[in-house]
Amino acid sequence: MKKSKGLKTESFYKIFIYVALIALATSIIIPVVWILFASIKENSEFYGNPWAIPDGFHYQNFVEAFVEARMGDYLFNSIIVTGLAIVFLLVIALPASYVLSRFRFFGSKFLNSFVKAGLFINVSYIAVPIFLMLLDWDSLMQTMFDGGSFLNNRVMLALIYASTALPFTIFLLSSYFETLPSDFEEAASIDGAGYFKTMFSVMLPMAKPSIIIVILFNFLLFWNEYILALTLMPGENKTLPVGLLNLMAAERAAANYGPMYAGMVIVMLPTLILYIIVQKRLTQGMTVGGLKG
Amino acid sequence: MYLSKTKARNIFIGVCITPAILLFVIFMVIPTIDVFRMSLYSWGGFSNQKQFVGFDNFKFLWNDMDFIQSFQNSILLIVIVALVTLVVAVFFAAILTKERIIGGNFFRVIFYIPNILSIVVIAGIFSAVYAPSNGLLNSVFAVLNLDFWQQKWLGNQQIVIYSVAGALVWQAIGYYMVMYMSSMASIPASYYEAASLEGASPFRQFFDITLPLIWNNIRTTLTFYIISTVNLSFLLVTAMTGGGPDGSTEVFLSYMYEQAYGNSTYGYGMAIGVVVFLFSFALAAIISHITKRDVLEY
Repeated sequence: MKKSKGLKTESFYKIFIYVALIALATSIIIPVVWILFASIKENSEFYGNPWAIPDGFHYQNFVEAFVEARMGDYLFNSIIVTGLAIVFLLVIALPASYVLSRFRFFGSKFLNSFVKAGLFINVSYIAVPIFLMLLDWDSLMQTMFDGGSFLNNRVMLALIYASTALPFTIFLLSSYFETLPSDFEEAASIDGAGYFKTMFSVMLPMAKPSIIIVILFNFLLFWNEYILALTLMPGENKTLPVGLLNLMAAERAAANYGPMYAGMVIVMLPTLILYIIVQKRLTQGMTVGGLKG
Repeated sequence: MYLSKTKARNIFIGVCITPAILLFVIFMVIPTIDVFRMSLYSWGGFSNQKQFVGFDNFKFLWNDMDFIQSFQNSILLIVIVALVTLVVAVFFAAILTKERIIGGNFFRVIFYIPNILSIVVIAGIFSAVYAPSNGLLNSVFAVLNLDFWQQKWLGNQQIVIYSVAGALVWQAIGYYMVMYMSSMASIPASYYEAASLEGASPFRQFFDITLPLIWNNIRTTLTFYIISTVNLSFLLVTAMTGGGPDGSTEVFLSYMYEQAYGNSTYGYGMAIGVVVFLFSFALAAIISHITKRDVLEY
C-alpha cells in the first residue's frame, strides 16, 4: 500500500517535470518556426488562420527584403563590420591579455583592475557621447581637410565594437593565460626565442580554445548589436539589425508582412546555424567566462 | 643593433598593451567621464551654447513625472524579470542536472536559443506573439476556448509592461539556466546519496543541499540580472513599443536616449544616465549585502 502511494507521487512528479520541460521548449520552438514559415507566406495568407502551413515557398518575400528593403546591402555591411571587429579585437586583445596576465611591471596591477572596471561600463550609456565625439572629429577634419567621415564609417564602427568588447575579452583570455605554467616561456627563452617569437609561436597557439570562445561570443554580440550601429551610422551604411528595425516599421505600416518576416530570418539564420554547429562549445565556454550581461 | 634584455622587455610590453589601453581609454573611459561631466551642463548637444548649471539637471529630475514613470517601470521590470527568471532557471537547471531526462540535451540546446537572437528579432517575434487579432498568444487562447484571456497585449496600458517582462524572461532563462547547471554539476553526488539514505525527499534535498551550495552563484547573477535588465529593457522597448502606449513602457535608458537625442536636451539626458548608473550600482550593492550568507565550502 505504502509502496504504491510512493510510486504514484513519483510518477506525478515525472509527469509534472516533462510537462514543464515541453511547455518551455514549445514556447521557444513555435515562435521561431512560425517566423520561418511566415517568411515564405504570401501576404493574403496572413489574414487567414495563423496556424496554417504556408501554401508554397514564396521566395519573393526574400527578394523584396534583399532588394527593395536593401537588406542585402545591410547584410554585406554586417559581415564587414562583424568580421573586421573580430580581427581588430583579436589583434589588440591577445597581446594585451598575454602581457597583463604574465608580466609584472610598473603599473601592471593598476592596469589590470583599470581594464576590469570596464566590465561595468554599459554601451547604452556611452553611445551618445561617442556619437558627439565622432561628430567633433568630423568637423575638425572638415576645417583641416575637405572630408572626414568618422560617422557612417564601417571601419570606425568595427573599431568601436572591438574597443567595447575589450574588458570582457581581456578578462576571459587573461584568466586562461594565468593557468599556463611558465615552463614554456623558459624553454623558449633557452632556445633563444625573443619575447615576440615566444608569444606568437608558443603562447598564442596554446590559447586556441579560448580564442574560439572569444570569437563565438563576440560574433553574436557584434552581429546582434544595434544601439551603437543605430547611433553611429545615421546614413546609408546600416547594419542588419538597424535595417530590420526600419523594415519592421515600414512594412507594419504598409501591412506587408512577408518581407518583414523574411528580414527577421535574414538576421537570425546565421546565428542559428552557427549555434547548431558549435552549441556545446558555446555553452561550455560561457561557464568558463562566467560573465556577460 | 643589440638591445639590452630589460629594454627589449619594456619595448615588448609597451607594444603589446598600448593599442588596447589607448582604445579602451578613447572609446570607453572618456565617453563615461563625458556622461558625468555633461550632466552638469545645460546643452543641446549640437549648438555652441553650453552653460554650466551645476546640479540643476538633477533637481529638475525630481519633478519630472515622465522620468518618475520611467523609473517605476524600470524597477517593476527589474523585480519581475529577476524573480521569475531566477526561479524558473533554477527549477529547470535542477531538473536537467538531477533527474534522468529523456532528451535532456535537446532541452538544454533549445532553451539557450533565445539568447543567441538579436534583441530586434526578439522584438519582432514578440510583436507577432502579442498581435491583437492574429497573434500567436490570442489564437492559442481561442483554440483552448479561453477567449476571455485574450488581450491587447501591447495596447493596454495596464498590461503592456508585463508583456515586455515576458519577452525579457523568455530571452534570459536559458542563459541563467546554463550558469546554474554548471554550478550544480560541481556538487558532489555523495551529498545526495547520503541524503537519500536518510530518506530526504527531492524537495528537501533541493532546499537543503542544492540551494545553499549554489547560493553564491545566485548572488553574483543577481547583479547581472539588474545590469542586463536595465540594458535589455531599453533595447527591447526601443525596438518593440517605442516607450508607448503613452509612456507606459518607457524605461530609464529609453527616456535618457529620447532626452539626449530626440529632444536635444543633452545635458539633461546625461543627468538621467548618471542617476541610472548610480542607482544600478547601489541596487547591486544592497542586494549583495542582504543576500549575504556564510559561504559553504565543499
